[in-house]
Amino acid sequence: MAERCGSLLEACRRLATEPGLRPILGGTDLMVASPHERARQGRWLDLSCFDEMRGIAERGGSVWIGAATTFTALQADASIRRHFPALVAAASEVGGWQIQNRATLGGNVANASPAGDSLPVLAVLEAVVVLGSAAGDRLVERRVPYAGFHVGYRATALAPGEVILGFELPLPGPGLEQRFQKVGTRQAQAISKVVVALAGRCAGGRVQTLRLAAGSVAATPVRLRQAESAAVGLELAAAAEAAGSAARQETTPIDDVRSTAAYRSAVLGRVVRRLVLSLTPDSE
Amino acid sequence: MTDHPTLAFEVNGEARECNASPEMRLLDCLRYDFGLTGSKEGCGEGECGACTVLLDGQPVLSCLVPVGQCAGRRVETVEAIAEKDPELVERMTETGGIQCGACTPGIVVTLYSLRQANPEASREEIRRALAGNLCRCTGYEGIFRALEDGHG
Amino acid sequence: MYRWGGCSKLAELTYIGTSPPRPDGPAKASGLSQYADDVAVAGLWFGETVRSPVAHGRLRSVGWRRAAPPGAVLVTAADLPGPNGVQLIDDGWPILAEGTVEHVGQAVALVAAPSRRAAVLAAAEVEVDIEELPPVFDLSEARRQPSLYELELGLGDPEAVLDQAETVVEGEYRTGHQEHIYIECQGMTARWHPSGPRVEVSGSMQCPYYVHKSMVHAFGLPEEAVRVRADAIGGGFGGKEDYPSLIAIHAALLARAVERPVRIVYDRQQDIIGTTKRHPATMRYRSAVDAEGRLLALDVLVELDGGAFTTLSKVVLSRALLHAAGPYRCPEVRVRGRVLRTHTAPNGAFRGFGAPQVAFGIERHMDAIGRRLGIDPLTLRQRNALVPGDRLPTGQIVDESTSALACLESVARRTDFVTRWTEYQAAQTETNGTPQRGLGLSLYFHGAGFTGNGERRMNSPASARLTPEGRIAVLSAMTDMGQGAVIVFRQIAGEAAGVTFDDLEFPEPDTNEVPNSGPTVASRTTMIVGQLVARAVREVSAQVADWWGEQQPAASPYTVKDGRVVGQDGRSTPFAAVARSYLEVHDALEVTVRHQPAPGPVFDETTYQGPAYPTYAWGADIAEVEVDPDTLAVRPLRMAVAAEVGRAIHPRLCIGQIEGGTLQAVGWGLLEEIKLDQGRYLNDRLATYIIPTAMDAPDLDVELLEAAFPDGPFGAKGIGELPMDGGAPAVVAAIENATGLVVDEIPATPERLFAAQMRERSDD
Ligand SMILES: Cc1cc2nc3c(=O)[nH]c(=O)nc-3n(C[C@H](O)[C@H](O)[C@H](O)COP(=O)(O)OP(=O)(O)OC[C@H]3O[C@@H](n4cnc5c(N)ncnc54)[C@H](O)[C@@H]3O)c2cc1C
Ligand code: FES
Ligand code: FES
Repeated sequence: MAERCGSLLEACRRLATEPGLRPILGGTDLMVASPHERARQGRWLDLSCFDEMRGIAERGGSVWIGAATTFTALQADASIRRHFPALVAAASEVGGWQIQNRATLGGNVANASPAGDSLPVLAVLEAVVVLGSAAGDRLVERRVPYAGFHVGYRATALAPGEVILGFELPLPGPGLEQRFQKVGTRQAQAISKVVVALAGRCAGGRVQTLRLAAGSVAATPVRLRQAESAAVGLELAAAAEAAGSAARQETTPIDDVRSTAAYRSAVLGRVVRRLVLSLTPDSE
Repeated sequence: MTDHPTLAFEVNGEARECNASPEMRLLDCLRYDFGLTGSKEGCGEGECGACTVLLDGQPVLSCLVPVGQCAGRRVETVEAIAEKDPELVERMTETGGIQCGACTPGIVVTLYSLRQANPEASREEIRRALAGNLCRCTGYEGIFRALEDGHG
Repeated sequence: MYRWGGCSKLAELTYIGTSPPRPDGPAKASGLSQYADDVAVAGLWFGETVRSPVAHGRLRSVGWRRAAPPGAVLVTAADLPGPNGVQLIDDGWPILAEGTVEHVGQAVALVAAPSRRAAVLAAAEVEVDIEELPPVFDLSEARRQPSLYELELGLGDPEAVLDQAETVVEGEYRTGHQEHIYIECQGMTARWHPSGPRVEVSGSMQCPYYVHKSMVHAFGLPEEAVRVRADAIGGGFGGKEDYPSLIAIHAALLARAVERPVRIVYDRQQDIIGTTKRHPATMRYRSAVDAEGRLLALDVLVELDGGAFTTLSKVVLSRALLHAAGPYRCPEVRVRGRVLRTHTAPNGAFRGFGAPQVAFGIERHMDAIGRRLGIDPLTLRQRNALVPGDRLPTGQIVDESTSALACLESVARRTDFVTRWTEYQAAQTETNGTPQRGLGLSLYFHGAGFTGNGERRMNSPASARLTPEGRIAVLSAMTDMGQGAVIVFRQIAGEAAGVTFDDLEFPEPDTNEVPNSGPTVASRTTMIVGQLVARAVREVSAQVADWWGEQQPAASPYTVKDGRVVGQDGRSTPFAAVARSYLEVHDALEVTVRHQPAPGPVFDETTYQGPAYPTYAWGADIAEVEVDPDTLAVRPLRMAVAAEVGRAIHPRLCIGQIEGGTLQAVGWGLLEEIKLDQGRYLNDRLATYIIPTAMDAPDLDVELLEAAFPDGPFGAKGIGELPMDGGAPAVVAAIENATGLVVDEIPATPERLFAAQMRERSDD
């Protein structure tokens, strides 16, 4: 982290070649360490000032969000507020004010905690993760659909030396409703015990489109594909029931210090049911 | 180790330099290098808010900010903020917002920012702004009063 | 919201009943107050603690893994100069493990190094070799081992009544560990001197003389060789009652070894792992009641998990048993209790000291009785609440200031309790996805001051003396950990002596400067020591006035008022000027007074009969909660609290104590949990040990009531712990009113509510 900036290309090169060097944005995950871990200080490379990772902009059919965008910036941005209310809802429930001022969307995704609050939202918005790395003297980009980004417990599609530049979120079609619910250990500044995001649409009282994703119920944030397909085509109340029970069947949450498997499973089902039921029966 | 490059930034309006490792916590730099012990360590992991300072005017947790990221930026600590907003200090004292005082510096910094951003904040907005500042003594009521009692 | 309509300032009083700003406020708010880790010390080294990774084992060896890191120093039990025990009630708590380790986190060795980082790295270089032995965690297993302590008290023959009774209600109630989470972690600095007091420690502590006593014991030094000073204290709640003695000894051991000042400051994780907590409790209640719900007999068994060492467990158990029957009239009572030993860190003092546990027990039990008989919680409590002249299980007759009914009236009136409670109960079944609301009531009392003959034995002194400037210096060992002794003592002294705050001085708590007026615990500071202060300053001021009268007989006798010595002719002179004149002809004026127990019956510590406390403070809470029917997340919306405090010396601070204690109780009831895995606390960080944020706090509507206690200063009772007793049972009762879910174990987390819901569904 010695030099603040320099070029992103150089940064990627160093990340690829210097073992132990880790990228840092807001530091709200990386800086959480015991005194002992801190005393054996690793080395960090600051990415927070690269223009390539900043900004929010509508481009064609999608919105670009730089990896270094903080949750405070996400909540304040007019275009995010208009198109992605679920992302605003998630951003406003990450940590407290001070955390939101530093924590970034890129850091949340790269950290890849199954409890990360923005992750299910990106999943249902079918974001594309834009990655960058050094190839010789060029910076190359790679686009990974969100569904393929989390590959295992805290494991991602990032190759060594590769960084997240940002995200492309396709503009939601007309009438696509979004929902977000976090079930945390307390009312605020809490880690999720269950977190669910939904994007969907009904027509004539029946579910027409449905995307569901959840966190803290599996080793990675998951799309609830079975719940989605169980519900599509059904009348709203039946769809909600079907989605709720399918969601429970396709996930295997665990007991940990924050909650129990039994609670997580049941509450996942109930929250999915509630969110589906909250859709406008006829969005036309 | 002294082979670190010198980091220059502004602390409470003064140009300061520090040549610690850039990974060092801003909190340690403030407390142990600059003697600004008003910022407290209540947890060292972002949970309690006792270390809250302003970085370029935004409240952040100095236990989670590496000093390397402060280069060229502006840091304000409770020592300076209390001087800027004596009314807030007075109200906190009078309304019972202070008991042991360990959380108080962080709360003063957060409330100062809230007052700047939203002088007429409702109780719900005050609660939300303070969610990252734990207080174990007051039950928060005295702290809420410090802002509310002035609403007239 | 807050109100103190009930405690109007008495016309003849100047300071009592007013709320002047606390003098330490501005420095605290500006970050200028000096807490343990803020004090700059030249040449300071840093200490770290090496802890046991296992719960139980034979300690085979402790030493450097490889060569000692350059400059680092290691201290083990072999280096102790005296007995290996921290002197509290007994000295059974080892300073450093020797022979065996008895809990995860037990201090095994200490290291010091010239920087914080070097000390942390050096601690990791210490190898601890332990042969593991089978540990005991489970209470059912602990029951088969010898208890740390057992106790029984009672009145009459409850067994006979229970055998005959038509209605017997039984229940088991459980409460978990609670960690103090004072925002300032524990910290202490020690240094040795070639002359004068040999060793000096300063840091974060409630009781400088406890630390002093344990230092004298550990190092075998004469009393005057040890000096203990309290820095600004970032919260205590009981957690800085016993444990600071251990850290002080640790820091002093290291300072002695490296011949430099050494500071030990715990990080949060070490603080949670190493220090004492509130005792988990299991309570079995069995009661006989008549058709109206009146208690006929009560049989209670209280078991506390003491952890590995006794520390303060005996007195915690004794307070628990003395409060176990609650603020209720019952002719036949038996209360038994024991402290069980487990291989976990010793549990110790935490605001309330055993009373919050049994308050949860008895209040849940009262709700169980109401549920059985179909009587609403208010009516049931009104029928059973103690009134002046009633008898406690100790035979003590409660005094005229017994205010249970007034507290109930206050909270019920403000919440329209019975009507709304009945409506909410009727609405329980309508779970159409909208939040469910409920109200819960608790009634409680808290014995003020030390239990039993503690004060009589301690016979604590406080002093007042004239300073050369003509001020009165007030000397006591009381610390201000946030509760506001700094201002309350000024008010008491100013009122008693007739002087202004400018005429008073309060030297910092320093064992070189102040007498041993006892520990800052047990809600005794205002009530007991405040009374000593009042007596001492009143005496000084009267002596000065009398002497002045002798000099000016024409207008004699003189009184002191508003900082002036006033004669019969109405003419007056500033007190400071008269005091300086006094000192021109006298060497000094210093008055020391000692605690005088009120005349009357004395508590019998063998039979547990008699007045266990000089008086009681009273309280009632009504909590209103909202429960999400899907997630079972509970949001406490608001609480009405009534607290009868004798006299509110400083209503604003008094209310602050009630508000803060109430939220700690609500946190304990709803959120705060320690899960154990092989004796290791899983919730050992603030990210996992969840305390209420500003978003989790209910709106608090506190009403203070006053019923003066004649032996307290201006009628004040001790109230610091009272508000810890009512919050948990009130929120849990409110959850029941909202959802119908009966939970008898706290914290009532959504996971526990969910488990109860599942049980209920499989039942029907
Ligand atoms: C008190 C507290 C409360 C919190 N509450 C929540 C919460 O409610 N919900 C939630 O989801 N999270 C929460 N978090 C976790 C954290 O704030 C978020 O995960 C945050 O989004 C991380 O972003 P950051 O920029 O701070 O990441 P950093 O700490 O800077 O980095 C996180 C990880 O990502 C890597 N990384 C960073 N940038 C890149 C990049 N561009 N490319 C590749 N890798 C990269 C880093 O090396 C590191 O491994 C909380 C944390 C704290 C301390
Ligand atoms: S010390 Fe930084 S948040 Fe607690
Ligand atoms: S005043 Fe003590 S923690 Fe807030």
